[in-house]
Amino acid sequence: MISEASKLRFAREVAKYPADQRQSAVMACLAIAQQELGYVSPEAEREIAEYLGMSPMAVHEVTTFYNMYNQRPVGKYKLNVCTNLPCQLREGVSTLKYLEAKLGISMGETTADGMFTLQQSECLGACADSPVMLVNDRSMCSFMTPEKLDQLVDGLRATGEK
Amino acid sequence: MTAQHILSQFRATGVQTCFHDRHISPQILLGLNGANWRLKDYESRGGYQALRKVLGIGGGEPMTQDQVIATVKESALRGRGGAGFPTGLKWSFMPRQFPGQKYLVCNSDEGEPGTCKDRDIMEFNPHIVIEGMAIAAFAMGISVGYNYIHGEIFSTYDRFEEALEEARAAGLLGNNILGSDFSFQLHAAHGFGAYICGEETALLESLEGKKGQPRFKPPFPASFGLYGKPTTINNTETFAAVPWIIRNGGQAYLECGKPNNGGTKIYSVSGDVELPGNFEVPMGTPFSKVLELAGGVRTGRKLKAVIPGGSSSPVLPASIMMDCTMDYDSIAKAGSMLGSGAVIVLDDSRCMVKSLQRLSYFYMHESCGQCTPCREGTGWLSRVVDRIENGHGRPSDMDLLDSVAEDIQGRTICALGDAAAMPVRAMIKHFRHEFEYHVEHKTCMVPAYV
Repeated sequence: MISEASKLRFAREVAKYPADQRQSAVMACLAIAQQELGYVSPEAEREIAEYLGMSPMAVHEVTTFYNMYNQRPVGKYKLNVCTNLPCQLREGVSTLKYLEAKLGISMGETTADGMFTLQQSECLGACADSPVMLVNDRSMCSFMTPEKLDQLVDGLRATGEK
Repeated sequence: MTAQHILSQFRATGVQTCFHDRHISPQILLGLNGANWRLKDYESRGGYQALRKVLGIGGGEPMTQDQVIATVKESALRGRGGAGFPTGLKWSFMPRQFPGQKYLVCNSDEGEPGTCKDRDIMEFNPHIVIEGMAIAAFAMGISVGYNYIHGEIFSTYDRFEEALEEARAAGLLGNNILGSDFSFQLHAAHGFGAYICGEETALLESLEGKKGQPRFKPPFPASFGLYGKPTTINNTETFAAVPWIIRNGGQAYLECGKPNNGGTKIYSVSGDVELPGNFEVPMGTPFSKVLELAGGVRTGRKLKAVIPGGSSSPVLPASIMMDCTMDYDSIAKAGSMLGSGAVIVLDDSRCMVKSLQRLSYFYMHESCGQCTPCREGTGWLSRVVDRIENGHGRPSDMDLLDSVAEDIQGRTICALGDAAAMPVRAMIKHFRHEFEYHVEHKTCMVPAYV
């Protein structure tokens, strides 16, 4: 179930568009639902479809087209490391490999404790900050040297927030 | 410490990429420090004076729509998103007398590998985009606009929303702006990870709440755009250039650059340089100067090649590049494109097969699947480059790549097919010997890089 707080945020998005174009808010609503639930479940898609007056399949088309929507549960922290060419030239790939070794998983996997999901990503649009990593869709982390990666991963672990 | 606190420590400050003294006569990035992005700071830099001038507020006659468009035409401002289309001409295509709703859209879906300028503009100087859009809306008689922002830069989207709130509260957006009879509602929207949405008609589809698959053109957005209504779409940096042009005149802007290439341009320099970042310099600045601003090639290495305008633009060898100036016409003459102005620098330790392998994978991953030549062709290109890199290439593979690329180019609805094909053809044209070496020796001719 999507919370009332998220529904209030939906309303703010819908208000940006003409009254007969509620569907325009679907991208934002899915992102809000993902922020609350961790992923976009079929139930969330149905709720959003109903809220916006769309067919559930039309919502599902959007979920599956865009890379950042999680179609299944992910770890508490989703780490997306850019490895596109400008980042490949500046330690992007070694950053990904460093995290694979540190977390003991391969890219695409989630740690057994459910804390971290590690993914390779396409261009994040922060090429001069390489190596860059996006955490949970909303926090861009720049110039991620191994020391900073340690700080980030160990720090998040130490918060004890599961 | 909360998780949010931990993550915020790694947020970019802009010091390395934007707040340095290595711009030349900057207009958009002038005087920024990261803290002075708010409305009052922008106004203290002369912000919103251009909008006031257009509306005739604070003395002086208001400008007419024709005068604004004529000024932009005179400036020779060309689209900063990649195509380099003359902005004033595009604005003149909008049917101003159309009786129904018209829309203005800002394309901030900055995902062309190598490009990171619009992010810094919106993060550190968001009001310059708002002012530019308001002036454009006035010139074309448009009352509603959207800024579609790359989903990956969410904190920048949040920043832009904050700036919008400030502008609305100050009467710079909304109904009867600054007491005039001009009204303009501007909103921010975001993507969520689809390179293709940087293509303007895919962006419109996405803004309508659909998967971002490009539309056939014609009809062009000027006649059939958002919700089927006349729509003008420009890049973030293009709008950001407008306030300066209105304040100082089209001729003054033109004179900053060179004929047919007016003004300054922000180049995102990435890859094998000492100091990657954004550099705002006059159009027509020598490439060698831009390279120098970025600290030069990494210490101890030599320049091998440059991808001058984002990953889709054809690669150029160092010898050609060092003779170029950075503007649309010079780079086109050299056989590539200025594109978005994203300069990806490769040094002499780089294997061109491995570099192309990553790019070809990207285009395969991001093809929307609508057109067969692109959907199938990008996969084909990626797999063939893969096998060459992995030591399974065949002597005929270079010709095969060229032929597949040729069969994609010009045969798709949008430019993604061309964008996938051009890097392949240019790599083989200029660095065929490296591909041949790979096929013959099943290994790389330059030291492997990670």
